[in-house]
Amino acid sequence: MAFLYQTGRYFLFLRRVFGRPVKHRIFLRQIIDEIDDLGVGSLGIVIIISFFIGAVITLQTAYNIEMPIIPKYTVGLAARDTILLEFSSTIVSLILAGKVGSHIASEIGTMRVTEQIDALDVMGINSASYLVLPKVVAMIFINPFLVMISMGVGIGGGWIAGTFTGVVPSAEYIYGIQYGFIPFYVVYSLLKSVVFGFLIATISGYWGYYTTGGSLEVGRSSTRAVVVSSVQILLFNLIITQLLLA
Amino acid sequence: MIEVKNVCKSFEENDVLKNVSGVFEAGKTNLIIGQSGSGKTVLLKIIVGLHEVDQGEIFYDGRSFTGMHGKARKEIRKEMGMLFQGSALFDSKTVEENVRFPLDMFSDMSMSDRIERANFCLKRVHLDNVNHLYPAEISGGMQKRVAIARAIALNPKYLFCDEPNSGLDPRTSIVIDDLIHEITKEYNMTTIVNTHDMNSVMGIGEKIVFIAEGEKCWEGTNEDILKSDNTRLNDFIFASKFLKQLRAGN
Repeated sequence: MAFLYQTGRYFLFLRRVFGRPVKHRIFLRQIIDEIDDLGVGSLGIVIIISFFIGAVITLQTAYNIEMPIIPKYTVGLAARDTILLEFSSTIVSLILAGKVGSHIASEIGTMRVTEQIDALDVMGINSASYLVLPKVVAMIFINPFLVMISMGVGIGGGWIAGTFTGVVPSAEYIYGIQYGFIPFYVVYSLLKSVVFGFLIATISGYWGYYTTGGSLEVGRSSTRAVVVSSVQILLFNLIITQLLLA
Repeated sequence: MIEVKNVCKSFEENDVLKNVSGVFEAGKTNLIIGQSGSGKTVLLKIIVGLHEVDQGEIFYDGRSFTGMHGKARKEIRKEMGMLFQGSALFDSKTVEENVRFPLDMFSDMSMSDRIERANFCLKRVHLDNVNHLYPAEISGGMQKRVAIARAIALNPKYLFCDEPNSGLDPRTSIVIDDLIHEITKEYNMTTIVNTHDMNSVMGIGEKIVFIAEGEKCWEGTNEDILKSDNTRLNDFIFASKFLKQLRAGN
């Protein structure tokens, strides 16, 4: 019953979120602020994680396929496909669900328990739309860019690790990342990132918006936002993969 | 004028308001008093539309607020200003941005006019040189005054204050009370203040509604209140041993 209640309330919340903004000029400024806060603010963690995971994927692949019949460029190919298909979209989005999701839920949750949302409602402002819609638009817009950056940094990290440790020659790695390249994999990954961006912003906004109580509940909402967003990302990853790659 | 007619409200099995009625007049500081948990905050939240009634009606100058939805309700809301218990200032905005916020959202004024209006409202609540500070950088009393400035920015017809003195020392409380009272007179607003502070009751209570256990038990003025023989009201007003002795002495 609780699951049905939350699901129903989430969809009603979405209807309010997609209400018309009071002033478009203010709405656009909010989107730019959110892109800076949620997107640009996450760039550092995305670059660091992508670099090291790309490096580790390359090294692990190289150490596990040390057979003469398997060409060395396979390392580059495997690293590329892992990064393009799964790591940069899904894993980076899971990391963002933790960082951005908890940020959104705690920010909105704090506004709820300190009556700032009530203040917006009394003024006649659609508080759900005012607070959450700019974050949704910002996440849908910026997440694909973060994923593209992650792809580049991850593959670059793999090249640096492979070349400097000597497990795969530079030319072989570069040949591998170009070999049998399917451009649709990038499209598939970017499509996933748009869906995941939407899920992170709306689910986290939902848990923050319906926080009741005090600071303890803000913490709980923040945790729930991360857990539910992560589970939904995994679920939608499965659905989208089946729909687009089957 | 705001009229509350036969309002009932329950949360699950708990009846919070039981058939409450009352009239809150324009140009007067109307007080809703009662113990913590008596239902006065719920009543105020129903009046401003943050909670819906189970039964009954709310009228704003004859316009049925409970019967309104969407755009019509939004229009009435633009005539409201509210001061929340914890001030409810936006943390991420400076003092000036907080006061300017309703103007940014709803007025077609130019930026310079909005800044001028915000400064006027801040001066009205006796605040200078705090425009660029954030709410966390000013005192509780100053936060309350900024919240009043924000509430009056759009020249509202109705002002609502939920426990305006909570967390403030007695002297600052009087400053806030006087400010609310002066502004009510100046703009001829219908002001409703939720409080359990007896200094406020005696200082600014031109019309007082006493609520106990979700029911309206008494109404009158600050002059009538000390003469009342309503037992529940007297238990509330003369709650301390000192006041009880003082009253017995009189």
